[in-house]
Amino acid sequence: MADKLHFDLVSPERRLFAGDVDQVAVPGEEGDFGVLPNHAPFMSIIRPGAIAVMNDGAVERTFIHGGFAEVTPAGLTILAEEAIPMAELDAGEVAQALSDAREDVATAKDEEEREQAEALVVKYEAMQAALAN
Amino acid sequence: MASLKDLKNRISSVRSTQKITKAMQMVAAAKLRRAQEAAESARPYAERMAAVMANLSTAMAGTPGASPLLVGTGQSETYLLVVMTADRGLCGGFNTNIVKKARERINALQSEGKTVKVICVGKKGADQLKRQYASLIVERIELSGEKTINGATAARIGDKIRHMFEHDEFDVCELVSAEFVSVISQKPRAKVLIPAIDAIDEGVERPDLAGAVYEAEPDEETILNTLLPRYANTVILSALLENVAGEMGAKMAAMDNATRNAGELIDKLNLVYNRTRQAQITTELTEIISGAEAL
Repeated sequence: MADKLHFDLVSPERRLFAGDVDQVAVPGEEGDFGVLPNHAPFMSIIRPGAIAVMNDGAVERTFIHGGFAEVTPAGLTILAEEAIPMAELDAGEVAQALSDAREDVATAKDEEEREQAEALVVKYEAMQAALAN
Repeated sequence: MASLKDLKNRISSVRSTQKITKAMQMVAAAKLRRAQEAAESARPYAERMAAVMANLSTAMAGTPGASPLLVGTGQSETYLLVVMTADRGLCGGFNTNIVKKARERINALQSEGKTVKVICVGKKGADQLKRQYASLIVERIELSGEKTINGATAARIGDKIRHMFEHDEFDVCELVSAEFVSVISQKPRAKVLIPAIDAIDEGVERPDLAGAVYEAEPDEETILNTLLPRYANTVILSALLENVAGEMGAKMAAMDNATRNAGELIDKLNLVYNRTRQAQITTELTEIISGAEAL
């Protein structure tokens, strides 16, 4: 297929990826979806998880936290609070961070602290799930 | 008249001051480059975010369920000013100019009978404002603990502001910070943060959908409510980054001036030193000659 999808991945600090790809698979808030070239205008919140960028047979996975996807005729843009290439994630470290976060939930002194810790638990659980497949 | 030794001491002290200002100038130049790069690389996100917000907000603003973060509380009684300055001085009029702008805003709002609250980001602003408006300052946030200004820094400030907003502590929030015009020019400005509808620039470029309508998932309202806090954080982050770049630019200019002034002072002092030395030699010679003549 000659058509390519223009894909931008930006975080508040910098632009992480800009270029043409074949397809991007995104974990949407209400289910995963794939974006191919000439997709209809679309916007969605992304739940924490890994996006997969497919280009020329190669697949590159990036963990996204706090993301938002926007599809326009110009291409796909993902705004991510946090984006980490899956290759940089270490299963052991994530497990450690997850158990730390769970401990924080248990020992939280007030509502606010617990909410923060719970958000971390959700994030690390998503990381672990992304690592598992 | 100062003795030769005094002059010598004076010259060497000015010279070491010059060395320090020179070093500070070079450090500021290096940091400026980094700060500019950071501001530059944060721009794509801010631009996309602004475009999405502009799209969503025009659709949502008319609906009754619109978030107060977007449309405001319907009042404008209490203003929250977030005054962003640097943590350090020695950067010319940079901090003073921002504080002056903040003071203008506070006075203008107070004369309109509004209640004003102030959050100071950066030490210098707090130091200067507390003399006059100590009772208005509700919070001081210092940045010197942060190694780099990043999303987390902005989120911390944003969360604080939103927390206050949710507890009805203010109606309108404005950011007072420096706009980075160029390396040698920073303009203080006040910018509305909440309600966000007033903050969205009409000139924002909107994507051309060729007549199509966005499909939204889950729905536009949820998306907007999720994005609003992030949008606020983005605005805060770009203001912070611009401020850092401005501070470094101002510091570079100030230190360049100081280095030049020190150079001039050294030249002048050298002249005085040499004159004094020659005068002393002449006096000594005259004394010897007149002594010899007397014999």
